[in-house]
Order: sequence, then structure tokens, then C-alpha cells
Amino acid sequence: MTTLTYALIGLLVVETLWTIQTSILRAVMGLAATSVLLAILLFQMGAPLAAVFELSVCAGLITVVFVATVSMTRPLTPTEEEACARRRAVRFHPSFLVVTLVGLALWGARYALQAAPPPAEALAGVREVLWGARRLDLVGQILVMFVGVFAVVVLFKPRAREEAGK
Amino acid sequence: MSPTFWIENFKLLAATAGLLFAAGLYMVIVSHNLVRILIGIEMLTKGVTLLLGLAGAVTGRLALAEAFIITLIVLEVVAIAVAAGLVVGIFGHHGRARVSALDELKG
Repeated sequence: MTTLTYALIGLLVVETLWTIQTSILRAVMGLAATSVLLAILLFQMGAPLAAVFELSVCAGLITVVFVATVSMTRPLTPTEEEACARRRAVRFHPSFLVVTLVGLALWGARYALQAAPPPAEALAGVREVLWGARRLDLVGQILVMFVGVFAVVVLFKPRAREEAGK
Repeated sequence: MSPTFWIENFKLLAATAGLLFAAGLYMVIVSHNLVRILIGIEMLTKGVTLLLGLAGAVTGRLALAEAFIITLIVLEVVAIAVAAGLVVGIFGHHGRARVSALDELKG
């Protein structure tokens, strides 16, 4: 299990660096793979509900949203694609250095971590916490979801009208 | 897996979360394409999610961490859906989904 966890962390780092450097559609796939790896790590940490959410919503739904967005915007011509690849090489290849330096700095930083025994409320399940102590968060989530649905409907309305006019 | 494992490997996982955050921030700052910037924002939230999970595993408050992660995921998906709608709208208006297309917002 320990080796698997280290392998997952290594894969996560490689996947992150690859996502930065590659084309948009591949970056979307890389992001989905990052979500899958993160979901496995969360499951190992003992947070299965968060892992399921991460897997279904982040690796599934958000990937679909990104792929739909990419397909609804104009694909590049071969000349533009070549120019973009050159610009990407200039802009994103230094990211290996930048991100690795940040990682090393964080690795070397001295965290004042005081590991204490779990408090009493740690024994409460996620359902008790979510429906009890964090009930207001749920109300906020519902409100945000309604706002999101309303915003998407408003954003797509003019396009639907234009297309109907044609 | 026992909390001891996560406490022992706290630095490694915190550095990984920081790396995810740095990668996302780099993508947001350097990219010109709006979809790529959204992917960068997603990477930022992945780093935060990992750090929340790790904090829960280390302190023993996993239920609270899970509640926060679920809230974060819900907010994240709504924000991305609205932002993707905006990107499509900007593309429909300007014919390109790049930051440079938004210079009409100046002033």
C-alpha cells in the first residue's frame, strides 16, 4: 500500500507537469487523470465520499464541460497550430524549472506540525458534520447551484435565439 | 491507512499540493487561451483539495475535511460551468477565445 501511495504521488507530479505543457484537449485529459489519481489518494486517506465526488464530478462532469467548450470553439488551422506549438514551447517549457523549484522549496520548508490525537468530534461521521455543524454550507451550495443554472441559461439564451433566427 | 503514515509523509504530500497549486497558477498567469486558464484554475483547486484531505487525515478530522471538499467541488463545478458558458459566449462574439479578445472591457 505504501509503495502504491508513493507511485500515485509520483504519477500525480508527472501528470501535472504534462498537463501544463501539452495542447488543450490533451490538457483536459491530463486534468481528468489528475482527478482520478487524487480520488485514489483521498480514498486511501479514508475519505471515500470526497473521493467519489472527485471521481464522478471532477473527472467526469468537468471533463465533459471542458471537451464541450473546446468543441464549441473554433479549431486551429495547421499554420496556427504550428505557431501555437512554438509559443507553447517558449512559455511552458520553463514551467519544469519553476514548478520543480517551488516543489523543492516547499519540500525544504520547515512545517511546524504538531500531531495531536484526534479530538472527540473526529469520531462523528461526514453525514453528521454535513447535516449538523455545516448545515449552512448546504444552503450556500444549493443557492450557488441555482445561480449557476440561471447563469448558464442566461448565457446560452441569445445564441439559441440567433440560431433560431437563421 | 493509519494517520501515522500521513503524518510521516506530510511534507511530501504538502509539497505535491503546492506543486499542483504552482502549476495551476503558472498556467493562469502564462496562458492566453481562456480554456487553458480555466484548466489552470482547476489545477489550483486540485491542490487545495489534496491539502484539505491531508489536513483531515493528519488531524483526525476527516469528516470535517470531507464536508469542506464536497463544498469545494460543488462550488468548483458551478464556477467552471458558468466560466465555460462565458468562454463560449466570448467566442461567439469575437470569433476567438483569447484574453486579447477582452480588451474591449477596458475603460
